[in-house]
Amino acid sequence: MAANSNDFSVPTVQLLAPDGTFAPNEAAEEFVPYFERLTDADHERFYREMVVIRRFDREAANLQRQGQLALWVPSHGQEAAQVGSAFATRPQDHIFPSYREHVVGKMRGLDVVDVLRMLKGLTLGGWVPEENGNFHLYTLVLASQTLHATGYAMGMQFDGATATGDPERDEAVIVYFGDGASSQGDASEALVFAASYQTPQVFFLQNNGWAISVPASRQSRTPFALRGHGFGMRSNRIDGNDVFASYAVTAKHLDDARAGRGPALIEAMTYRVGAHTTADDPTKYRLDADLADWVAKDPIVRLKAYLENRGVAQSFLDDVEQEAADFASDARKRALEVVAPDQDVIFDNVYAEANATLVEERAWFEAYEASFEEAQS
Amino acid sequence: MTDTDTRPAASVTESGARRTGTENLPLGKAINAGLRQAMLDDPKVLLMGEDIGPLGGVFRVTEGLIQEFGDKRVLDTPLAESGIVGTAIGLAMRGYRPVIEIQFDGFIFPAFDQITTQLARMRNRHEGGVTMPVVIRVPYGGHIGSIEHHQESPEAYFAHTPGLRVVSPSTPNDAYWMIQQAIRSDDPVLFFEPKSRYWPKGAVDFDSEPTPLHATRVVRQGSDVTVVGHGAMVTTLLEAADIAAEEGTSLEVIDIRSISPLDYGPILSSVEKTGRLIVAQEASGFVSVGSEIAATIAERAFYLLQAPVLRVSSYDTPFPPAAVETQFLPSPDRVLEAVDRALAY
Ligand SMILES: Cc1ncc(C[n+]2csc(CCOP(=O)(O)OP(=O)(O)O)c2C)c(N)n1
Repeated sequence: MAANSNDFSVPTVQLLAPDGTFAPNEAAEEFVPYFERLTDADHERFYREMVVIRRFDREAANLQRQGQLALWVPSHGQEAAQVGSAFATRPQDHIFPSYREHVVGKMRGLDVVDVLRMLKGLTLGGWVPEENGNFHLYTLVLASQTLHATGYAMGMQFDGATATGDPERDEAVIVYFGDGASSQGDASEALVFAASYQTPQVFFLQNNGWAISVPASRQSRTPFALRGHGFGMRSNRIDGNDVFASYAVTAKHLDDARAGRGPALIEAMTYRVGAHTTADDPTKYRLDADLADWVAKDPIVRLKAYLENRGVAQSFLDDVEQEAADFASDARKRALEVVAPDQDVIFDNVYAEANATLVEERAWFEAYEASFEEAQS
Repeated sequence: MTDTDTRPAASVTESGARRTGTENLPLGKAINAGLRQAMLDDPKVLLMGEDIGPLGGVFRVTEGLIQEFGDKRVLDTPLAESGIVGTAIGLAMRGYRPVIEIQFDGFIFPAFDQITTQLARMRNRHEGGVTMPVVIRVPYGGHIGSIEHHQESPEAYFAHTPGLRVVSPSTPNDAYWMIQQAIRSDDPVLFFEPKSRYWPKGAVDFDSEPTPLHATRVVRQGSDVTVVGHGAMVTTLLEAADIAAEEGTSLEVIDIRSISPLDYGPILSSVEKTGRLIVAQEASGFVSVGSEIAATIAERAFYLLQAPVLRVSSYDTPFPPAAVETQFLPSPDRVLEAVDRALAY
C-alpha cells in the first residue's frame, strides 16, 4: 500500500533515453533480452515506419482540409508506441485497434487508403481482417473492442490454439485503447473476463494525455498500469515514445500470452501532439508549454539520434524521407480515385438470411429510385 | 484450464442421442432439450451466462448441461452483461455460436450498447465478412409476482434495432424447435422466453419441425374478431376466446411468434375475414410492438377494417409492485372489453 493515498508510483520501462542513447533503466532489465532479438535492420524498419506514417498523417490531414475526408484522426507523437508494439505481433496474432493505429494496420498489411475510404464516408468498415494481417476493424464506440478482443482470445483458448508448445503456432490477441476509453465499463469488464479466463491477450493502453479535451488525470488518479494489478494481471508502464521499450515489453507479454501465461496490461506514456481529430481545437484546453515538453521527447528524433550514434548512413535517412514522400503522394492520389458505393449498400449485409422487412423495403426503394430515371428519360 | 474455482469438476458424459417421439414437457424443460440437441448437433455451440452451470440457471433452463458438455461449453461467466455479450461477439468472430442467458429481463440493459451498436451491426460494417450467430435468451414478462426489474417486457427496444431478429415462443413445442432454429440462424437472435409459461406442460413432438422461425400462426380459428399477441399473452388471448365463445362471439387467435421480422400474412388473411383486429401485449403500449402492428394493418388493410385496430397493453408506467400486477397486465377481461368496443363500431 502506498503510504499516502496520492502517492501511487510505478516504474516506467525505458531503454532509449530521450537523447537517443541506449541506457535501459532498472525497470527495463527484464526486457533487455527481448530488445536483443532485434537486428540493425529491425531498428531501421522502426525508423522507416515511423517516418512514413508521420508523413502520411500530414497528407491525410491536408486531404481533410481540402474537403476530401470528413475527418482525420492524427497519430502524430504516438508512432513509437504503435510501431514497437505492432512489431512484437506474429502473423497468427489478432489485432483489435481503436481508431488511431494506422501504422499498426499498415505493418499488418492493410492499405491505408482503406482507412481513408472509411473517413471519407464510403464505408463503415473498409477491410477484411483475415486478409489484412488479422487487423480488425476500427471501433468507434470507445472500449467496445476490448470485449471483442477478449472473446476472441477466449476462442483461441477453447480452440487449443494457444500454449501448444510451438511458439510458431501459438496465437494471441493485442487490443489497443486509450486513457479515456479506460473509464468505460467495457474496458473494466474486458479486464475482468481476461483475468478470469486467463486469455492469451495484451491490453495496450496508449496514455496520450488526453481524451479529446479532458486530461488523463480526470480518468484515473492512479497509474493505469496499477489497475492491471487490481484486475489480477501482469502490468507495466512504459515510455511510449521509446520504440524499443514498446517492442520489448509487448514482445514479452505476447510471448507469455501465447505460452498460456495469461493476459497483461501495458500503459504506454505518450502524447497526442496533434488535435484529437481535424474537428478539434486543442488551443482551447491545453498549454503550449506542455506540448513543447512532449515535442522535445519526439519518438522519431530519439530513434534517429540512436541510429546516427550507431553510424547509420545518411543515404538511408534520405531514402526514408523519399519513401515517406512517395508513400504519402501515392495515398493521396489513390484517395482521390476512390469511388462511392452503389446505393444497394443500404440494404446489403444487414442480415445473413433474407429478412422479410428488408425485402419489402428494398423493393419499394428500388422502384422509387427507378421512377426518377424514367422521369428523366 | 479456464477455471480455478471451487465448483465440482464437470465431466463430459457420453453424448446422448437425439430424442424422439412425443413428450409432455414444461416450456423451460423444452428449451433445455432444445439447447441440448443444438449442442449435440454442433460442437461450436456454447452457453454463456450467470449461474447457468451447476445451478442450471435461476429458472433451471440449463440444468444438467454443464455435467453433459463440460465447463468449456457451458460458461458460468463473470457477472457482467456487457462483458458477456461483448465477449460472445469475439467468440462469434472466432467461429463459435454462443447462446447467452440473461438472468432476468430487467438486467439486459447493461448489455444494450454491445447488442445494439456492436452485435446488430457487426455483419453490416464488415460488409458481410463476418456472421454473428449469437442467441440471447431473455426470460421476460410478468405474472410471477416478483420484485422490481424481474417482470419487464423490453422486446420493442430490440425489434427497433436493424440487424437483430426477435422471437418469442408461447408453447413448449415451439420453444423446443425455435431455440434450435435461432441457434442455427447466422444472424443474432433475441429469444424472449415467457417466464410465466416456464412451468405449464405441453406436448413436444421431437420428430417433426413444425413451422419456420419467422412465421405467425393461427392458434384458434374464429370469425368475428382477430386477436394477436406473443409469448404469455397468447394464453390470455385463448382464455378470452373461451369466454367470448360462451357469449357467442368467435375470436380468431394468432400467435405472432416472430416480432422481427413480422410475418403479416396470416394477420392480413384473418382481418380479411373478421374486419376487426385487437393487438394485445404485456409491454407498455406507447411505441410498442402493438403500435407497429396496428400501424401496418391500417396501412395495408384500411378497406378491410370495420373498426379501428385497438391495442390492449400494460399501462405506460413502470411495472408496479407485484400486488397490483394483475390490474397492470392485460387480462382476458381487458381483451374482451376491447373486443366489445371493436364490435360496437
Ligand atoms: C462511448 C463513447 N463515448 C464518447 C465517444 C466520443 N469520443 C470519441 S474519441 C473520445 C476520446 C477518447 O479518448 P482516449 O480513449 O484517450 O483515446 P484517444 O482519442 O486520445 O486516442 C471521445 C469522447 C465515443 N466515441 N464513444
